[in-house]
Amino acid sequence: MNPVNYLYLAALLFAIGATGVLIRRNAIVVFMCIELMLNACNLAFVAFSRMHGNLDGQIIAFFTMVVAAAEVVVGLAIIVSLFRSRHSASVDDASLMKL
Amino acid sequence: MENLIALLVAAPLLGAAVLLCGGRALDRAGHWLGTLLAAASFVVAVVLFADMLGKGAEERTLSQHLFSWLPVEGFQADVAFQLDQLSMTFVLLISGVGTLIHVYSIGYMEHDERRRRFFGYLNLFLAAMLLLVLADNYLLLYVGWEGVGLASYLLIGFWQHKPSAATAAKKAFLVNRVGDMGLSIAIMLMFTTFGTFAFGPVLEATGETSEGKLTAIGLMLLLAACGKSAQVPLQSWLGDAMEGPTPVSALIHAATMVTAGVYLIVRSGAIFNGAPEAQLVVTIVGAVTLLFGAIVGCAKDDIKKALAGSTMSQIGYMILAAGLGPIGYVFAIMHLVTHGFFKAGLFLGAGSVMHGMNDEVDMRKYGGLRKYMPVTFVTFGLGYLAIIGFPGLSGFFSKDKIIEAAFAKGGTEGWILGSVALLGAAITAYYMTRVMLLTFFGEKRWQPDAEGHAPHPHESPKTMTIPMIVLAFGSVFAGGFFGIGDRFLHWLEPVTGHKHGHSPLSAATVTGATVGVLLIGVALAYLQYGRGPVPVTAPRGSLLTRAARRDLLQDDFNHVVLVRGGEHLTRSLVYVDHTLVDGVVNGTAATMGGLSGRLRKLQNGYARSYAVSMFGGAAVLIAATLLMRAV
Repeated sequence: MNPVNYLYLAALLFAIGATGVLIRRNAIVVFMCIELMLNACNLAFVAFSRMHGNLDGQIIAFFTMVVAAAEVVVGLAIIVSLFRSRHSASVDDASLMKL
Repeated sequence: MENLIALLVAAPLLGAAVLLCGGRALDRAGHWLGTLLAAASFVVAVVLFADMLGKGAEERTLSQHLFSWLPVEGFQADVAFQLDQLSMTFVLLISGVGTLIHVYSIGYMEHDERRRRFFGYLNLFLAAMLLLVLADNYLLLYVGWEGVGLASYLLIGFWQHKPSAATAAKKAFLVNRVGDMGLSIAIMLMFTTFGTFAFGPVLEATGETSEGKLTAIGLMLLLAACGKSAQVPLQSWLGDAMEGPTPVSALIHAATMVTAGVYLIVRSGAIFNGAPEAQLVVTIVGAVTLLFGAIVGCAKDDIKKALAGSTMSQIGYMILAAGLGPIGYVFAIMHLVTHGFFKAGLFLGAGSVMHGMNDEVDMRKYGGLRKYMPVTFVTFGLGYLAIIGFPGLSGFFSKDKIIEAAFAKGGTEGWILGSVALLGAAITAYYMTRVMLLTFFGEKRWQPDAEGHAPHPHESPKTMTIPMIVLAFGSVFAGGFFGIGDRFLHWLEPVTGHKHGHSPLSAATVTGATVGVLLIGVALAYLQYGRGPVPVTAPRGSLLTRAARRDLLQDDFNHVVLVRGGEHLTRSLVYVDHTLVDGVVNGTAATMGGLSGRLRKLQNGYARSYAVSMFGGAAVLIAATLLMRAV
């Protein structure tokens, strides 16, 4: 199978993730969309690794997974504590960072 | 001998320091101390004079170098004195009349609580004035010049509790500052032109200097002289200066300080000799002021203000003579000295009258005082005869010479200046006769004042009458002593130089004309004030009279042209500042504020909106990168 198709799939997944981040309000869903974007990137890296015949992309994919795992831990903790304090998981409710 | 010169200045300066810093302890004896130190200065002056007379004309100039004031590379300012015949004349006049007026003030200021301070100021004035005439360079002269300005300010405003006196002092100071600017500019010009401002080098170097530069320096010196000597256009302060105590008016605003301008011009004669245009302006200023002061003097009912107008007019004569160049310098100084005698005497007489009349100054409320104040009447009368130029008295000799010199200027100018001087002599006779008739002759017109105190005219104490008598002697004999045999001319000629002018009219004709106009002036005044009763309230008078009562609208002119003009200028500057300068600054601020207000709205706190910016930015960057690659 042509590896370019993987790139198309990666682009499609990234676009879906980005749209989700932009339009959804639920913090959990936004978070999942970010994961989707990260994994789209992983897919693209692996595909490039395959296309170019070296392992760099695969190694970076592993790094990304580690970082994503750490990010999930921190991000979920923030979302839980936000929910506790506001009884809502909507990202629009946490709009205090303005003048 | 030359070591004594500094003593002339030091004595009154010491007096001023002790009296002004000494405090109340000196209240009882302060006036005697001040008078004694003034007299000491006079005694030193007489000693120096006697010594000077014993020498030949060539060796008479003494100089004393005290110390280097500002020893800077290429700029040498010394505190050094120079005593020549011109300075000697002034020193004798200043210390002599000054001492007499100190004595007079003992009586005049007897009831004033601040008499010690008054004498301190008088001594300060003497020191500054002597410094002015003794300095051997223009910078030190400037120190004295400012010093007399300060003393004049302090003394005009001596009764500072009267708002009119405080205002008059401020006015005198401000108007004088305008003239002082002229002197400082002249000194700066001298320094750039000659590289020095000592009299000797400057006056010797005038021969090799361009006429333009000399004219500029001359005109600036004239401006200075106008300020100090109350000449048009800086004359407006002198009338108001009569708010000061009468001895001050006599000493400072008649006999000495106001003649400093004449001294300056005569001292700088070499500069003016090289600048005929500047000389012409000097004569014009003198001629205009001569008539101006005389006309003002005719209309004033305040005895001191009438005399102030007369002072202005007489100094106009001196400035006119000084502007004539070498044919007039000697006569300017001669008139200055005789004027110093008779005008000081007249002012002291006026002070004596006021002293006896509860400080009333309106001549229309005097009348018939000759019976009550015989000494004042006689001394004032002699001063009167001297100032109008009655043949044989002081004013006759000096004024006649000036009129003759004015005619001798030659050409149309000579005729115009001579005629103006003659006309001035007629008006002088008129207004002085008026003062005399209103004060000492006719019916008594005084009435009780608002509180019911009727004045009891009486003769003044000895301390006041003796100086008047001495000055009256000067008024009578000084002119003859100086004029007969050209004594004064020979005395002063080595310093100022002299050239005999060729008058189109013979000396006898000029003398005849002078006496003729004098009689006309006296007759006119007699017809108007001597025959019938004089109204106590002044009649409305003609347009000219009313204008002259307001000093020929000088203050109105200054107000409209200078004050209003200045106000308009500052207002327009404020307007420009508010609209243009502030507009630019505030506009920039407002634009920035508005812009950031809009930008602020981007910071809405919604994480999603920040994400949009991030994605948008990333998209733009990627698009740009791709585009660049494609190109």
